[in-house]
Amino acid sequence: MIDRPRKSQSDLQLIGTPMRRIEGLDKSTGRAVYTDDIVLPGMLHGKILRSPYPHARIISIDVSEAEKLEGVHAVITGGDIPTKYGIIPWTADEYPLCTDRVRYIGDGVAAVAAVDEDLAIRALELIRVEYEELPAFLDPYESLAADGSTPYIHEPRKEGGNGNVTKQVQLEFGEVDELMAGSDVIVEGKYFFEGSTHTPIEPHCAIGLWDGVGKLTVWSATQVPHYLHRELARVLELDPARVRVLQPLVGGAFGGKSEPFDLEFCVAKLSMLAARPVKILYTREEVFYAHRGRHPFHMKYQMGCTKEGKLTSVDAEILLDGGAYASFGLVTTYYAGQLLCAPYSMSAYRFDSTRLYTNKPACGPKRGHGSVQPRFAFEIQIDKLSEKVGLDPFEFRRRNFIGSNTRTVNELRITSNGFLECLESVERASHWRRKFRRLPFGQGVGVAGSTYISGTNYPIYPNDMPQSGVQMQIDRSGRVSVFSGASEIGQGCDSMVAYIAAEELGVPLEYVRVLRGDTDFTPVDLGAYSSRVTFMLGNAAIDAASKLREMVQKAVAGEWEVEAKEVLLVQGIAMWAPDTERQMPIREAFNLAESRFGTLGATGWYNTPKDVHGEYRGGTIGASPAYSFTAHVAEVEVDVETGVVEVEKIWIAHDCGRALNPVLVEGQMEGSAYMGFGEALMEEQIFKSSEQGRAGLHNAPSLLDYRIPTSLDTPELESLIVESIDPEGPYGAKEAGEGPLHPSIPAIANAIYDAIGVRVDRLPFSPPNMWRAIEGAREAGTLVKPSIPDGVQVAPGAPHAGTISSGS
Amino acid sequence: MPAVTQIVRLNVNGDLREIGVPMHFTLLETLRYELGLTGSKQGCDKGDCGACTVILDGRPTLSCITPVCEAEGHSVITVEGLADADGPHPLQDAFDLHGAAQCGFCTPGILCSAIALLEQTTSPSRREVKEALAGNLCRCTGYSKIYDAVMSAAQRLQVEAHLDRSHR
Repeated sequence: MIDRPRKSQSDLQLIGTPMRRIEGLDKSTGRAVYTDDIVLPGMLHGKILRSPYPHARIISIDVSEAEKLEGVHAVITGGDIPTKYGIIPWTADEYPLCTDRVRYIGDGVAAVAAVDEDLAIRALELIRVEYEELPAFLDPYESLAADGSTPYIHEPRKEGGNGNVTKQVQLEFGEVDELMAGSDVIVEGKYFFEGSTHTPIEPHCAIGLWDGVGKLTVWSATQVPHYLHRELARVLELDPARVRVLQPLVGGAFGGKSEPFDLEFCVAKLSMLAARPVKILYTREEVFYAHRGRHPFHMKYQMGCTKEGKLTSVDAEILLDGGAYASFGLVTTYYAGQLLCAPYSMSAYRFDSTRLYTNKPACGPKRGHGSVQPRFAFEIQIDKLSEKVGLDPFEFRRRNFIGSNTRTVNELRITSNGFLECLESVERASHWRRKFRRLPFGQGVGVAGSTYISGTNYPIYPNDMPQSGVQMQIDRSGRVSVFSGASEIGQGCDSMVAYIAAEELGVPLEYVRVLRGDTDFTPVDLGAYSSRVTFMLGNAAIDAASKLREMVQKAVAGEWEVEAKEVLLVQGIAMWAPDTERQMPIREAFNLAESRFGTLGATGWYNTPKDVHGEYRGGTIGASPAYSFTAHVAEVEVDVETGVVEVEKIWIAHDCGRALNPVLVEGQMEGSAYMGFGEALMEEQIFKSSEQGRAGLHNAPSLLDYRIPTSLDTPELESLIVESIDPEGPYGAKEAGEGPLHPSIPAIANAIYDAIGVRVDRLPFSPPNMWRAIEGAREAGTLVKPSIPDGVQVAPGAPHAGTISSGS
Repeated sequence: MPAVTQIVRLNVNGDLREIGVPMHFTLLETLRYELGLTGSKQGCDKGDCGACTVILDGRPTLSCITPVCEAEGHSVITVEGLADADGPHPLQDAFDLHGAAQCGFCTPGILCSAIALLEQTTSPSRREVKEALAGNLCRCTGYSKIYDAVMSAAQRLQVEAHLDRSHR
């Protein structure tokens, strides 16, 4: 893909060292600007009226009283923007405001723009909406069983079909039934993953500005400015060349801002009608309704292995509770199965995955999209199999390691793979061999592993253009300007391109400016999702920077009459490799290059290799240019009287290819493990049933009641970076932002089993759920410390053996 | 029908300010909308997340649930008031150095809570730091790097205090 020579590993000056973020001090001094910090002259405030019913027909909407209120400048309803949108082009099923039907409590039906927020709220109170309530589907099994006697949530795509089904995927690789029947050991389990939501601390916010003659500008706290740009133009029927999207710094996203939302269309339309800028800031409650968080999964797994502990066959059945709209659900339905085929090899695999609509806020992609839920079930199943064949769970995982440079059973290409090193790191750091099955009753350790994509191989809308582009220019002052369309959501991608520019062009980091977040002047990057940014933007940045470097090297070489490749650009100086005393300041080198080649600028780009997946339908989904690998050990203490689980510590080992800046990589690993921990023990995005009050109402749409971990809840976290140096990643880097979340949850579940002998198969492991499981075990007489598996012969304190022993 | 306004006198970051605001305004609304001090953030608007934390007479205070009139006659320090002409506060620098801010949205509130602690003691235990930050939600970091930053700033403050004494 990029055939330009890259710096060799030993040449690296900055990459791999701890560095500050380019916007770090802005963030710690309050100078950093987020969308809600922006105030435009004459700006109005918008508010959206939301449905109080989970499922209803809109009979009529009367906005006349609201329009009469002094200070109200515009009121819109569904009919004003009657075009469906959706992040996946084939499943666009949402209107910016509902036209004739509401599908969850919180669905938007009208919006107003007024001189201030209080007046906008008063205007909403004056809007009269007449609804005809419809029976609601709150349980995915009810949605699945629907026969059309009451209205489906969406119109069936085929005559006689069930309009409550978003998507069904059935894929089979190898001889699943035969191999299962021939397995020495089979374990089965049912699992339930309760939904959870992202809760970035910054609520969604957007500002629309219509210039009155055809140009629309929208500022938004989005993680996908390019897709937002496209959808705004399409839905509002504007010329995309006259739509500009600006993305101020984003105060956290985690997948919760990765598609267009109603507020972005509403600020645009309200501004067009009011001829004034309009801002909408979601309340925290609205953030919970916007949701797009982790789908609840109902899962059934059957898995077999040989008596030596080799995985034979895996058979999975998954029901996804999707909420009211499709969102990314088409992809989620595939990811639920496709991303499970590493880091272990299996001879046969089948999954049947079905996503149902329900009358609740739409689910979508949350950090570890679609694969955190099955990983929870799968890694518990692995633990069960290890125990049945009498192996230490580390040993079982090693015996099934898929290896590097191979293909998975579903034909995904695996290149670099540091999973064994991850296992070894957490085994050693956690003193596993002294603890596993050896801690007192009530205390335990558990291990789990996982893999994740470094970007999706294909963009959301089919095209052959680059997935990421960068433009760089060199100034006579020595400054390097980087124009980047990538989405800084806190992960550090603006800093990452700056590190690369500084590395390649030999300038101090302070000489690099990153100009960002504006579709008017930055090349397209598809967005901060699917852990794609470091891999794709990083390669694009190397491409651009190395073109400039070559020009500078040639110009200096011409001046010195030496070979261009002998000219080094390092830390503000150009020097001659054979005699490094021969030097000139980098500014002088840049000026020589500009004299010779003219104004200095270059573009760089990255696109994915296309031969990395199978040719079957759906084979492209889950395909990535590289995969990261992770292993966790969790240590827990369980109080069997109260059901309280305390997680003492999580050790996180992650193969990120190469840590471009270890500080940022550790931050991603710790943040991921923290988020997984929260889902394991505390978080529940749940809705009331009719017995509990208003059916379909969010149970806890606040940060007090939806409990995310505080500093006092969060366990100690230890990051252990593993570097496998990926052949195609920028300097060998892969993702670090999502993979390290996956094993937290099953590692905690497996640790709970080690502590008290109770298998927990539903999230969260909260005191009520735990207490029920503990009482069940107490009655069954199984509330005891599990025994040491036969195959675990290593005595406490024995020397550590990190190699794979032969299993077959 | 405009809301009833009142004149409030505030001491914000050492500046005396006199402003007309609607009676029901909170301190956060006044800081953000009337004084243009947008460093303090609104994450929940009901006292749950801590992003709006400012230092009121030395105590970390949730400005989103503090009526602005209650701040009259008190010293208000916001994130914008932590640095001085010599440069950023040691904790602001430590946040940058240790990667304690990712998205940065909770950072202003966390800095105010932590600096209020460091005003009390420059040798806090890790447990004391955790307790001081228990009212500030961070969704990015898992808190580890924040503790590292607070502990290293505390050490630097100790060294500076020691140098101050020996220069005297």
